[in-house]
Amino acid sequence: MLAIETFNLTKEFDGLKAVDNLNLQINQGEIFGLLGPNGAGKTTFISMLCTILKPSSGTAKVNDFDLIKQQNEVRKSIGIVFQDPSLDNRLTGMENLEMHAGMYAVPKSERKKRIDEVLEIVTLSDRAKELVRNYSGGMKRRLEIARGLIHYPKILFLDEPTLGLDPQTRDHIWEYIKKLAEREKITIIVTTHYMEEADALCDRVAIMDYGKIKVLGTPENLKNGLEGDIVTVVVDKTEDIESKIKNFDEVTKVLVSGNNVHITVKDGEKFSLKILDLLRKDGVKVDSINIRKPTLGDVFLHYTGREIREEVPGKKEGMRRMARMRGI
Amino acid sequence: MSEFEAVYRVWLRELIRYGRDKGRILSSLVQPLLFLVIFGGGFGFVKLGNINYQSFLFPGIVAMSLMTISISSGLSVIWDREFGFLKEILVAPVSRMSIFAGKALGGCTTAMIQGIIVLCLSFVIGVPLTISTFLMSIPVMVIISLGIVSIGLIIASLIETIENFGVIMNFLIFPMIFLSGAFFPLADAPQWLKYVSYIDPLTYGVESLRNIILGVASLPFSISISVISIFSLCAILIGGMAFNRQK
Repeated sequence: MLAIETFNLTKEFDGLKAVDNLNLQINQGEIFGLLGPNGAGKTTFISMLCTILKPSSGTAKVNDFDLIKQQNEVRKSIGIVFQDPSLDNRLTGMENLEMHAGMYAVPKSERKKRIDEVLEIVTLSDRAKELVRNYSGGMKRRLEIARGLIHYPKILFLDEPTLGLDPQTRDHIWEYIKKLAEREKITIIVTTHYMEEADALCDRVAIMDYGKIKVLGTPENLKNGLEGDIVTVVVDKTEDIESKIKNFDEVTKVLVSGNNVHITVKDGEKFSLKILDLLRKDGVKVDSINIRKPTLGDVFLHYTGREIREEVPGKKEGMRRMARMRGI
Repeated sequence: MSEFEAVYRVWLRELIRYGRDKGRILSSLVQPLLFLVIFGGGFGFVKLGNINYQSFLFPGIVAMSLMTISISSGLSVIWDREFGFLKEILVAPVSRMSIFAGKALGGCTTAMIQGIIVLCLSFVIGVPLTISTFLMSIPVMVIISLGIVSIGLIIASLIETIENFGVIMNFLIFPMIFLSGAFFPLADAPQWLKYVSYIDPLTYGVESLRNIILGVASLPFSISISVISIFSLCAILIGGMAFNRQK
């Protein structure tokens, strides 16, 4: 059974395709991670599935409801935690939840019980009567997650739920999310910057760039798909280095990122000796060399050619980001 | 049924927020008092027929406080947008009309609470207000307030950022208050000023209130109450449509 199925879903901003003919199927009950650099189109994609943005073309089914024709049914069946804060700071935590329960028509008889339940999940029961403006960043996020759950959604969208939080709070939030998936048996769709977290948490991940899905699969399969080890050498100059390394038969991919050269290769130990020889002969100074099994970050680098934390956007990407901001 | 609940929830939120903002309540009471006591007192030597200036000023001040609170309630949507809460409301499975209605009624309710308190100041400054004129003023105040809240909501759905707030104050709210004849009798105003004032919808609100409270005004009651009612009705309709269209 599918929770979400998209059909050529597209969103254009001034001729730029933020989301480009996307076809994607997300299964019921899975934790699905959407990874991509800033401006890749993740938020635009999620915004369309949440009926915040109208698609330019294409459509989708969300919980078997048509995204365009059955907007209200879609809305009732999903919970959303936005990337940016969306709480009323001048209300208490409880009042924020009560308002949400009312707006989503949760039956009156169940409201109190349900609010207590979700508060308990995010361990905010004893702080519910305080004004939200006195909450910490992590508490606000947890309250937003609780709020997104009140109306028994079948799908919960989390757009960068841990962005800007300290590592400890981030761990906590992910723990809540995992607990949630087990306890409430709902589909969770999450976008994130943090590769290790996506690796640990998600059943399947899709890597998105320039509005398209580059690759999709379980973290395990994606990592195995790279077929080999990752050898990273840090050197003082990178001219011509890429083509030289590519001459080795066992090398499947070379990526230069700053002074780092990431090489995907079979049998990394043996290869590392060869490469050191080559570089020494060329007069390239090697600062360090590292051999390891691929991570999801390497998968990301492999398919997008960029590291996820490269925050400086190219021109095109910057325009995309602006378009996204204007769109919402 | 769920639509009513949504209206109620949006309305309730406005009231809770209003109740918590003690500073705003206090400051919006100080302003009319300053006008009545100092402005009204300073011009105490002015007599308009057998009515002293303070009494003349009083209905205008009631309308003025309704205006300022109503418009800022409408504009609060801009704040909601700025702080992200608007998104939470707009993705709820309820119609935009219900959200608009909740906002408009919420703004109107807070304006009325404030307006009635100002109305009660009449006893302090010695304006003759009877139970019946008091009760008659209330529906007129509701009409004025609903119209102005809607204007605020229209502006909020047109402008993007909070920076434009000061511009609105200077180019819309102050002119509307000054032109409304709240501070001077329109009947004795220069011809050009009269014409400009007749464009200002608030003029008809002030005139209606003055007619009820003092029994005299520059315009006949039937005209002023009809114009302000039609204005408010249009503002509500246009506001509803504008709110429906915004992103």
